[in-house]
Amino acid sequence: MKVRTLMLGWEFPPFISGGLGTACLGLTKAMDRLGMPVIFVLPKAKPMHLSAGSAPLFESDSPIDFGFRNVQFRPVAAALNPYAATRSGTPATMMGDLDEADLADDDLDSGEPGNYGPDIYAEVARYSRKVLALGLTEPFDLIHAHDWMTFPAGVALAAQSGKPLVIQVHSTEFDRSGEHVNQYVYDIERHAMHAATRIIAVSNYTRNIIISRYGVPAEKVEVVYNGVEHQNGCWSGQRQTWPDKSDKIVLFLGRITMQKGPEYFLHAARAVLEKIDNVKFIMAGDGDMLYQSIELAAQLGIGNRVLFTRFLRGDDVRKVYQLADLYVMPSVSEPFGIAPLEALQHDVPVLLSKQSGIAEAFRNALKVDFWDVQEMANKMVAVLRHPPLQGVLRSEGRREALKFRWEDSAARMNEIYHQTLGVA
Amino acid sequence: MASVCFYFQVHQPHRLRHYTIFDSGSDYFDAYKNAEICRKVAQKCYLPTNRLLQELIERYAGQFKVAFSITGTALEQFATYAPEVLVGFQRLAATGCVEFLSETYHHSLSFLFSPDEFADQVAAHRKLIRDLFSQTPQVFRNTELIYSNQLAQAVARIGGFKAILAEGADHILGYRSPNYVYRPPNAPGLKLLLKNYRLSDDIAFRFSNRHWSEWPLSVGKFAQWVNAVNGNGYVVNLFVDYETFGEHQWEDTGIFEFLRALPEEILKHPDNDFKTPGEVADAYEAVDAVDVPHLISWADTERDLSAWLGNAMQQNAITELYRMEQTVKQTGDPDILRDWRRLQTSDHFYYMCTKYFADGDVHKYFNPYDTPYDSYINFMNVLDNMRSRCAAARPAAAPAARIVETQPPKYPRRRTDTSVTV
Repeated sequence: MKVRTLMLGWEFPPFISGGLGTACLGLTKAMDRLGMPVIFVLPKAKPMHLSAGSAPLFESDSPIDFGFRNVQFRPVAAALNPYAATRSGTPATMMGDLDEADLADDDLDSGEPGNYGPDIYAEVARYSRKVLALGLTEPFDLIHAHDWMTFPAGVALAAQSGKPLVIQVHSTEFDRSGEHVNQYVYDIERHAMHAATRIIAVSNYTRNIIISRYGVPAEKVEVVYNGVEHQNGCWSGQRQTWPDKSDKIVLFLGRITMQKGPEYFLHAARAVLEKIDNVKFIMAGDGDMLYQSIELAAQLGIGNRVLFTRFLRGDDVRKVYQLADLYVMPSVSEPFGIAPLEALQHDVPVLLSKQSGIAEAFRNALKVDFWDVQEMANKMVAVLRHPPLQGVLRSEGRREALKFRWEDSAARMNEIYHQTLGVA
Repeated sequence: MASVCFYFQVHQPHRLRHYTIFDSGSDYFDAYKNAEICRKVAQKCYLPTNRLLQELIERYAGQFKVAFSITGTALEQFATYAPEVLVGFQRLAATGCVEFLSETYHHSLSFLFSPDEFADQVAAHRKLIRDLFSQTPQVFRNTELIYSNQLAQAVARIGGFKAILAEGADHILGYRSPNYVYRPPNAPGLKLLLKNYRLSDDIAFRFSNRHWSEWPLSVGKFAQWVNAVNGNGYVVNLFVDYETFGEHQWEDTGIFEFLRALPEEILKHPDNDFKTPGEVADAYEAVDAVDVPHLISWADTERDLSAWLGNAMQQNAITELYRMEQTVKQTGDPDILRDWRRLQTSDHFYYMCTKYFADGDVHKYFNPYDTPYDSYINFMNVLDNMRSRCAAARPAAAPAARIVETQPPKYPRRRTDTSVTV
């Protein structure tokens, strides 16, 4: 039988930044290609914050046209942002903690504070009520919810409809906040994990956190790796050359937040510059540690060697990859990490934090403990100094990246749905 | 006549310690890990297998014979970390039923990169074997059975050898059987002994494989396969890693019982016997010349050099290493020379192999690295330091003489008594 899934998903890139939207899009497209029927509930903020001259964020309620045949979209007005939860303890300070009002101006599509309702918890509750209402009219066999903000809605809908709930954990509160967890968010996650019939973790790394930190029975948690979208296997096309590029470039690309380990990148950068001087470090992204990172670079005396580009989109992303000799993901805790696979598609070798899901699943990469900045620098220098190392990492890495296909993730998901329902 | 010719390869490299660009010491090698591995393999393999062979040789009083090729780097480490292993080999040597083969002291690929260095290492190894075991090797085997016509020529030029061992690869033999003695086309006076890889691998790789149709392998069955050679061959060359016994095939697979029962089963057939490679070369005439214009080895299914030189990192690392040869030798510094030679051990390049890596294949027992990339980075960092050491070392006043011996550690003198002394 075909399992009709009601998916509590997320807006797709470029409407939000980060891995969750990318994962939802990749998975959903693959499910569509495999003919899996999906009702995709899409939280949509009102386009309320437009800078002069820019296009509206989205056209009424039509999802980006990917030519879906088996996926139907149900927009639900809700001002949710997957990365809104931060270390602060109370809802009242939640928005203030982001402290990015001045960034929001040029950063509409990464979901900055301008797009939020006043209280994220109220939004979560509001969203849940709407999903419950929607659930009364839609036919479905199973609920699939992605990350904590959609969990309460998933749990409530499962209770109302009697259908099984599968939750997919793309990140936990421990990844986002270290040991300073937001108790409210943790409670939501824990409650949903225990209420769900099945839990899908994006890596064994995350599975272990779910088991050990949330007290979930191990047999309930499955690992399904993410994929990456391959464009006929030749994504990168021609690699632009930069005749005037005399410096080697090391790239950090991601949100500049505690979770992503920007300070370890900078400390390693300084150690690299002790050994070689014709190297520059690009930090591409925004986040609540942006200013702190700029200050840290200055403090370390490497301000002239570190370039902050802020949030990049579209063609700029491609260009920065083409400049880069090495992509570094120094995350403190990374449930999966799709970005390194994308870097490899752009022919950039990668250095990964061992505290990540991708490090357990991917072999042709350099790996380092995020806190071991000496070793991180050691490996950065090696890549910059030895073209053969760069070459082999690039060619073997690209080949291996091709193995991460969303179709495989979707097919595995389909198996898990069937097991959950106990049907063939 | 079917002669069973056993040769066991014994080798341990000097593994490098973790060495970053921020390190500056000249202590490149991981003494702790090397000692640990050496003692572990000694307990599981070297000591029990030595004891078993000693027992068999004594029981069959001259009818059971084997050969060893033991690298200089392994012997150095036995002397330092597990002297009882060395004593065991010396006791075996004293039986007169054990032949020791010649190879490069450092288990190196020097033949491919420096003829001078190759000759020096063969000479150093020959001297070491003579000192430790009181016999002069007369049969040569190159690192990982790497072989070609050129190698035969180089070995003939060094002189003193009557045979070379090589892989009985299908593509060099064609329709011919490995169970005869052959000769290189270009080195008169040398014979070629080719590994019977089917029967060798039955023991070395398939012995404990429960998916193998012949599992479990009994001595009776194996002896039958050997007996079948009678009438269409002289010799069955079983060339295996010594670590097969107890390490690659654990004790609980029954590998030791297999070895213990094998001589009796083989000798049941009146036409069978055991011979060492030197005896095989003496006993049988070469039936044909085998032309090997391209390099072969005993590695993987390809039987080529791709395990050591297959990717750009490996090529780069080894080229850079041998590029330093003159610089190193001109310093006249025995420590630098010793370290440079230890870096030549083929294992360092094997660790950098990316073949099969993405499939999760662990390409080597006791590989100290998580990835081939880590291995390359470490090696290049060490090489970088060695370069600065060379620059700092005052060049010797006189033009550097070739240094054959590289400060070997102190070996215990050869013993003939049976007590194991540490």
